[in-house]
Amino acid sequence: MDQGIPLFPEAASTMAGKVDALYFFLVAVAVFFAALIFISLTVFALKYRRRSETEVPPSIHGSTPLEIAWSVIPLGLVMIMFAWGAKLYFDAYNEVPPDAEEVYVVGKQWMWHIQHANGRREINELHVPVGRPIKLIMASEDVIHSFYIPAFRLKKDVVPGRYATIWFQATKPGRYHLFCAEYCGTGHSKMKGWVTVMEPAEYQAWLSGGVVGESMEAAGERLFNQLGCNTCHRADGTGRGPSLVGVFGKPVRLLSGETVIADEAYIRESILNPNAKIVAGYPSPTIMSTYQGQISERGILQIIAYLKSLSKEERSQ
Amino acid sequence: MDATPINAHSGTPGEPIRANYLNVNYGLKSWLLTTDHKRIGILYLISITIFFALGGIFAALIRLELMTPEGDVVSSEMYNKLFTMHGVAMIFFFLIPSIPAVFGNFLIPMMIGARDVAFPRLNLMSWYIYSIGGVFTFAAMALGGVDTGWTFYAPYSSTYSNSNVALTAVGIFILGFSSILTGLNFIVTIHKMRAPGLTWFRLPLFVWAHYATSLIQILGTPVVAISIVLVALERLLKLGIFDPKLGGDPLLFQHLFWFYSHPAVYIMILPSMGVVSEVIACFSRKRVFGYPFIAFSSLAIAVLGFLVWGHHMFTSGQSVYAGMIFSVLTMLVAIPSAVKVFNWTATLYKGSVSYQAPMLYALGFIGLFTIGGLTGLFLATLATDVHLHDTYFVVAHFHYIMVGGAIMGYMAAMHFWWPKMTGRLYPEGWAKFAALVIFVGFNLTFFPQFVLGYLGMPRRYHVYPPEFQVLNVMSTAGASILAVGYIIPLIYLLWSLKYGPAAGANPWQAKGLEWTTPSPPPPHNFERTPVVTEEAYAYESKPYPEEAEVV
Repeated sequence: MDQGIPLFPEAASTMAGKVDALYFFLVAVAVFFAALIFISLTVFALKYRRRSETEVPPSIHGSTPLEIAWSVIPLGLVMIMFAWGAKLYFDAYNEVPPDAEEVYVVGKQWMWHIQHANGRREINELHVPVGRPIKLIMASEDVIHSFYIPAFRLKKDVVPGRYATIWFQATKPGRYHLFCAEYCGTGHSKMKGWVTVMEPAEYQAWLSGGVVGESMEAAGERLFNQLGCNTCHRADGTGRGPSLVGVFGKPVRLLSGETVIADEAYIRESILNPNAKIVAGYPSPTIMSTYQGQISERGILQIIAYLKSLSKEERSQ
Repeated sequence: MDATPINAHSGTPGEPIRANYLNVNYGLKSWLLTTDHKRIGILYLISITIFFALGGIFAALIRLELMTPEGDVVSSEMYNKLFTMHGVAMIFFFLIPSIPAVFGNFLIPMMIGARDVAFPRLNLMSWYIYSIGGVFTFAAMALGGVDTGWTFYAPYSSTYSNSNVALTAVGIFILGFSSILTGLNFIVTIHKMRAPGLTWFRLPLFVWAHYATSLIQILGTPVVAISIVLVALERLLKLGIFDPKLGGDPLLFQHLFWFYSHPAVYIMILPSMGVVSEVIACFSRKRVFGYPFIAFSSLAIAVLGFLVWGHHMFTSGQSVYAGMIFSVLTMLVAIPSAVKVFNWTATLYKGSVSYQAPMLYALGFIGLFTIGGLTGLFLATLATDVHLHDTYFVVAHFHYIMVGGAIMGYMAAMHFWWPKMTGRLYPEGWAKFAALVIFVGFNLTFFPQFVLGYLGMPRRYHVYPPEFQVLNVMSTAGASILAVGYIIPLIYLLWSLKYGPAAGANPWQAKGLEWTTPSPPPPHNFERTPVVTEEAYAYESKPYPEEAEVV
């Protein structure tokens, strides 16, 4: 309260400045048209105020050129807004840089659970380095949440049953608000925390400090063996299920003749609903049983991290 | 706004008492079994005023809680119920029925020179359905309330919430039929019952706006009824529709819900636009500039309004290409709205402008709707919506449309046609004062919320970071001024029923068939069927003024 009325949020990501530029364009257009209307109304209302009870103003039906002008000019302006906004939206949601560092986020009533690739976990806190693209892979254990960092001008709903991914690149060290923006029940307004942006060296120190348990990959490998996945999905392809080595990120031919990319959503679906997409050459219905209710969203993300590592090894060989 | 009959003697003392719709018979039964569209309008007026008061009390408690960043007035559970019930009461039980059910009912038959609507008994049934829906929803509130937000997003509403979701759902489901039947009644009435000579392009724009509104009510309302039933089925029978744990899809709910609820915004705003066209013409004493453009822009809004629901889902994870389609279609909806604002403004040009209370509300509408519409562009633009979605910017935007637009239009209608409905004039000075108080209070309440939204304050937050407090205190201060602004008219309008001077048939020297019949109107509106020979708003056509009855 002591710094007076805040009027503008901090900008701390590569996207923030671009969104702000678009915002200022929108403000300029809005102010221009609001002023045009307010001034016209005021001028007309005063200039043409009723001077006598019997006056009869001239009859004016309208003007087609004016109607065209005030339809076409706004149309041009809103199309600029559309195109500009669509370009940035596409960049923010779809154009993930391939070298982005992956961080896993699970939302549940009413906290954000975050795990870094090396296994470091945090709750309602997210530490990231400045100047590196970060990709968040997010899931929800229960209802819809929304991951929102105002200083990055970035938000994405985390809908149960599917993965949400976003990416950002922080530009300024500091501590910024992290909110849940989608109403999620009693503790919704307490489902918030902080994003801490650090210098890269500092971040590396933080990442390896604290209690670092297993890495995501190692935890995923342990789960893979513990749940018995390895008995069928053998690495050499001799098991009753397809080998999962080198599969992640590649196209997979299905029994139905379709081809899908083996991404996070495909892996998750195959664990929870194995009959949904059966790989070509394997029996239908599948002999694999569902793992619904036996594995948490976090566990699935760990298995995904493990399968990704199997693809990376293959690539490096 | 009392159900007991009013002493409706409207002439000067000594004149014989003329039969009108208020004094033609007395007693509660004559009201509860009436099929007179005018009395049904009054029944709705009483009912929606109760819900408006209820919704206003919830809003007051919300603003009181938000004066401080901590949660100190109510618990989180209670806060969540308050904003939910505020939304349910205001949207479903006040705004959607407001102008159509009260003024549409009262005025459409009179404006088209008819004795009543096409289906008078169906009209009464609509009010009973509204009331039954209201009783269910009221029961849900009294038995502990509901906490899902008025949007009922699944799977929170269908699986996780522990509040009275099913009972509220039943109430809103029943209510929907009232809206459908009213829309149906209006469409048939407008098609079949126009007076001789009253062609489509001679209709008052108020009637065009209600025609467009009725189309949306008939086509949209069944969809929200279906989605609410599906939520109840999933909740009670565990059918997997929306909850992914049961095999459902949460986004399916959002698609179904917004397919109705976005057009519902236009159900709320289009009738107000109709009111503003009438009022601007009368108090500029001039025909509305660009009549066909205003008439067709209502239809354009009704049609395009059905194609933009996905703009509520830009951050939901729907495909980015779907997002782009919905963004561009939403941009198109801005054009007919802009066309209306420009035409109303141009109507004042070279007019004979006077500033009575209805005109002040109508001018207030244009100003606030302009701000509401322009800020809508920020939310239709994809990249800015990613930042602004689910923040106070959205709250501010839709209150500029719903309160600054729809309720300003409702107040304009109330002040414009009150003398017609009751035969009484209200104190003009107080009415102007109240309009000013509402305008100031409204802007102070909601303008700071635009700033809060861009700063990043999420909506539906019971507690919030301390740096947002100053703007929230401004908003709460504005809300208390706004509350005073709404209470003043309640007092002087009730006062005018007994003490107001007689209004006469046409106190504003307005054009339109409803002003050619005495105030309050006789039970069958007109002594004989009027014949229409001129366009609407032909203020220049006859030497003015011509009054049917001297005050």
